[in-house]
Amino acid sequence: MTERVVRVASGQGFWGDSLDAPRQQVENGPVDYLMLDYLAEVTMSILQKQKERDPTMGYARDFVGAMDSVLDAVTDRGVRVIANAGGVNPPACATAIQVVAKKRGKSLRIGVVTGDDLLPRLGELVEQGHALAHMETGEPLESVRDRVLSANAYIGSKPIVEALTRGAQVVITGRSTDTALTMAPIRFEYGWSDTDYDRLAAGIVAGHIIECGAQCSGGNCLYDWRNIPDLGNVGYPIADAYEDGSFVITKHPGTGGRVSVHTVSEQLVYEMGDPHAYITPDVIADFTTIHIEDAGPDRVRVYGIKGTAPTDKLKVSIAYRAGFKAVGTLVYSWPDALEKAQLADRILRERLQRLGLRFDEILTEFVGVSATHGRLAGDSGANAPEVQLRVGVRSDDRASVERFTREIAPLVLNGPPSVTGFAGGRPKVEEIVAYWPALIDKAVVQTHVEMV
Amino acid sequence: MKVRLLDIAHARSGDKGDTANVGVIAMRPEWFPLINRELTQARVTQHFEGMIKGDVDRFELPNLNALNFLLHGALGGGGTLSLKTDAQGKVYSTALLRMVLDVPDDEARALGLPSA
Repeated sequence: MTERVVRVASGQGFWGDSLDAPRQQVENGPVDYLMLDYLAEVTMSILQKQKERDPTMGYARDFVGAMDSVLDAVTDRGVRVIANAGGVNPPACATAIQVVAKKRGKSLRIGVVTGDDLLPRLGELVEQGHALAHMETGEPLESVRDRVLSANAYIGSKPIVEALTRGAQVVITGRSTDTALTMAPIRFEYGWSDTDYDRLAAGIVAGHIIECGAQCSGGNCLYDWRNIPDLGNVGYPIADAYEDGSFVITKHPGTGGRVSVHTVSEQLVYEMGDPHAYITPDVIADFTTIHIEDAGPDRVRVYGIKGTAPTDKLKVSIAYRAGFKAVGTLVYSWPDALEKAQLADRILRERLQRLGLRFDEILTEFVGVSATHGRLAGDSGANAPEVQLRVGVRSDDRASVERFTREIAPLVLNGPPSVTGFAGGRPKVEEIVAYWPALIDKAVVQTHVEMV
Repeated sequence: MKVRLLDIAHARSGDKGDTANVGVIAMRPEWFPLINRELTQARVTQHFEGMIKGDVDRFELPNLNALNFLLHGALGGGGTLSLKTDAQGKVYSTALLRMVLDVPDDEARALGLPSA
């Protein structure tokens, strides 16, 4: 008898990832679940703005196309889809998916998870004494309260498990944690309890590895990058999960990229905090207990993971308006490219000062010389063929930022010589929506599952 | 012997607010003890001096032959507030790999380290 395995495929690492990956994951080989992660830290606020303009919006629109492309696999072959594409409006997202299904003459059972959205309750929560202080700075939310755009609790695996138990073929959530999207179907299949901490932690680690799509299967891999085959046809990752909590990371045969101890290790350390305590709503996973080994071509076995009881808090993702910014660039050529760019920067700053503009920050970078590695890059700029001057400004005062955007182009004619690369036109003023992470008592957040 | 960290380790970095994390992984398990010994909290703090505003935290993951460093105040405010090209700290990884280690010749030979 062959050992039972649950195959969870990752088809989206963020909103904006490959449009073809979801379809390839269900067509290039057998899978049980397709997991799609659409939400980054500030995505919720963008979606909130869209919902304010149109109450039928506020979800990841790409998901509609993705569902269209995998619909046959879902209705005919029993692949189940789990996605946090619902954003700030999971019911509207479900409605849009039902429209697609109906158009194709298919019936679909969708589980809709809500309850993570705290925006309508924010005033009441603050009044009840929930400070929602910034997790890094300790500042109380009060200081930005009137500028808040969205507030969502990161919720865990339980409502997804409930939706699957009630027969959902597609589960749409709002701000679920990325890792819960993978862990939930595995624990559902094997019936793991709320206190089965080691195996829940294993599911979380599997989720952490595949939640960024191809970033664990050869994409963005530094180790041996020249020899990673056929990234043009990169295979997105699949977690083959076993009942004992161990799992194998792999990808479909015939696809490009690579799954190796090196590619998986790089993803394991990505965005890592304290490795002893990877905190999620369901469990705290200890990344120092992970065992990882080569299990054949494009197969990596992961096992031995330990977990402990979760805390009584949930993380809350709050987005607030935080002023305006703009970035302007010009390119200066050899000879003395860096010196010319430096002179242009001094001239620009002198003019900004004379205009009496108000900025919280002006940042100058010399791309090609020191923009990303600073002084560690050494004096590579001395004979550079070209250097990009990149100046960014940030301010509460929109007018100051607007005026800055008019001060870049004139430098082409009235500044240092050998300048080019301004064809993109004037820099755009961008409103900043900033991220405010906070904690809230778990008991305050009640999730709901509705089947549609 | 001078040994470039780039030749014996690989790395990936990311962000959490205004903090960048850099995970450094030994290319071969037998090279991890050397990396673990050389990449002290003080050494990494000194490496990034002037480039970050806060402290450096250091964590060991011998199970992955890896170290994890948290560089606080590294991202110009972080997220959408940051004006930096590398607002998400994606290439602090390679910035750390610019480090050059001084390894006793005998040890370097015994471990088969590539010389700088």
